[in-house]
Amino acid sequence: MSIVDVLVVGAGPAGLAAGIEVAKRGGRVCVVDRNLEPGGQLIKQIHKFFGSREHHAGVRGVDIAVELLEEARALGVTLRLGWEVFAIRPGHAVDIVQAVADDTTGSAGNAPTESFDARSVVLAAGAEENALPFEGWTLAGVMGAGAAQTLINVWRVRPGKRVLMVGAGNVGLIVSYQLLQAGVTVAAIIEAAPRIGGYGVHAAKIRRAGVPILTSHTILRAEGVECVEGAVVAQVDGTWCPIEGTERRFEVDVICVAVGLHPNTRLALLAGCRLVFSPALGGWVPLHNAVLETTVPGIYVAGDAAGIEEASTALEEGRLAGIAAYERLRDVDAEGHAEIAAIQRRLDDLRGGPFCAGIRAAKSALQTAGETPCPAT
Amino acid sequence: MPGNLSQDGYLSLDELESAPGVPAHDRMRRGPVAVVECVQEIPCNPCEAACPHHAIQVGTPITNCPVLDAEKCTGCGLCVTQCPGLAIFVVDLSRSGETAAVTLPYEYLPLPEAGELVDVVDRSGEVVGRGRVLRAATTPASDRTAAVTVEVAREHGMHVRGIRRKEVDGNGHDR
Amino acid sequence: MRIEQHPILGPLPEAREVTLRVDGRVVTAREGEPIAAALAAAGIRVHRYTAKRSEARGILCAIGQCTDCAMIVNGVANVRTCITPVADGMVVETQRGVGRRSEM
Repeated sequence: MSIVDVLVVGAGPAGLAAGIEVAKRGGRVCVVDRNLEPGGQLIKQIHKFFGSREHHAGVRGVDIAVELLEEARALGVTLRLGWEVFAIRPGHAVDIVQAVADDTTGSAGNAPTESFDARSVVLAAGAEENALPFEGWTLAGVMGAGAAQTLINVWRVRPGKRVLMVGAGNVGLIVSYQLLQAGVTVAAIIEAAPRIGGYGVHAAKIRRAGVPILTSHTILRAEGVECVEGAVVAQVDGTWCPIEGTERRFEVDVICVAVGLHPNTRLALLAGCRLVFSPALGGWVPLHNAVLETTVPGIYVAGDAAGIEEASTALEEGRLAGIAAYERLRDVDAEGHAEIAAIQRRLDDLRGGPFCAGIRAAKSALQTAGETPCPAT
Repeated sequence: MPGNLSQDGYLSLDELESAPGVPAHDRMRRGPVAVVECVQEIPCNPCEAACPHHAIQVGTPITNCPVLDAEKCTGCGLCVTQCPGLAIFVVDLSRSGETAAVTLPYEYLPLPEAGELVDVVDRSGEVVGRGRVLRAATTPASDRTAAVTVEVAREHGMHVRGIRRKEVDGNGHDR
Repeated sequence: MRIEQHPILGPLPEAREVTLRVDGRVVTAREGEPIAAALAAAGIRVHRYTAKRSEARGILCAIGQCTDCAMIVNGVANVRTCITPVADGMVVETQRGVGRRSEM
């Protein structure tokens, strides 16, 4: 049993930032991630980030990952890569199992496990892509937009020759652009809503590349025997129902689904944290207060696991959660805490503007609800 | 979100006319000038820091749309490759021979070469004519975003925002 | 299907070649990449068949969360090929159903 001050689940921007803050303060911290390559979603973000200079604006996500990792390693943050957390027991005892064997001659049933005794835990395991069930959705070649992004930007492999992208939020727009950069044709982007949900500038660069965006369109079915060979779409009316006679077939071998993300809440549930349903934050999310503590004292949450936002906010929340976890801050201790105040200001800047109105309201509502935390059960 | 942008994904000329980052026509006729086609309130301001002449202002909050001071702008084009949204162009309507020069950000392979003739496209991706590439290059500061300057018919100066990409295979070679 | 040149990522870095056997067929891979990457590069899209209706499944999430990419690797079933790196001489088989091969 290893003893740490803070055990962080997930080595993405939130988790690494949390680990860095703990290590800066001289704490013992271990960051656990099932992937052998750390960096979370940053390692596939090849576009330049928005925000301002202090938010790494203009820097490509992949380069931010490199910086974070160098900093974490230099500070002595322990990384356990290829391992998964499967239990968080009161106290907090954290159990991990090897997810990726060093050699696959071992049997999966006997994968090694280890346990940690952690004063605090930061849950930063990110999110999962939403599924969109439609006829033929299980064919090989139907994948998440994030999955396609992993293939092209991390594995350097094209998922196919021609893609239909379902969803015109930022993920659908950005991944479509990156598919073009990877030499893949994007036949069209369809969006069920009457308006494009993502940023205008992302839509603009895909439109001038000749990719049509069809709003008020849904996918009816994927066609093929075992693999995608085509996709049939149709226009929808004001009640989201397909309009007869508007069917149109695209000859594609890949269908990317970009219909949103939801926070990974399994560990929070296992640990007894109370969840609330917040559509603006992507669905079920652990109830948390202004210092990102859940309803279980000593368990904090950060990044997409605390509500679907962006890498830049994940980084800031990770910093906040790392500080709070190490110093065992409760909500009230944040008053007058200069570093927390600075992080909160940067978060407020990133959450400004009309696109983030829903997120601001949702985070504020959570924090009001969290003022009277539930007693740990 | 302005109407055309939210439905079709690109700005109409009407929407552009009222944008604070778009200079007046007569300024474009005097020489190269930046055209900042950014009209939504998103937290983003690298354009402000990119300009050595302080011609682009965002201020606080950083969700403000960028405002172009067209008199301070020299059309140097440094902003073109710094905008994460690839939404800034340089347009020069002062050239002789009924041509205009448009500098646009470009992040595809193959990078076109100076002298090459290309199909030029408008914001909707439609080919509007042919153009001659004057320059195409990245710099260390541009961080792999190339600035491509293409000579087009003068009446296309406020329309051309891209070049038609060639179909390429996994090696970056033309199919 | 490999992306040899990329405008942002640059040229594909050098990597040692390793050899896999996938359902008896020789597939070359790049050292360090996940098994699923080598399969995708070789145009292999079906990883397994479901237990009840024998329906084909391939990559869905690509980050180790959904298990649609699971295959039998060196005799071990339910290996998530999207997060498991290749090794020289590795034997990869299309999985039918769930559980150990010997139990099917």
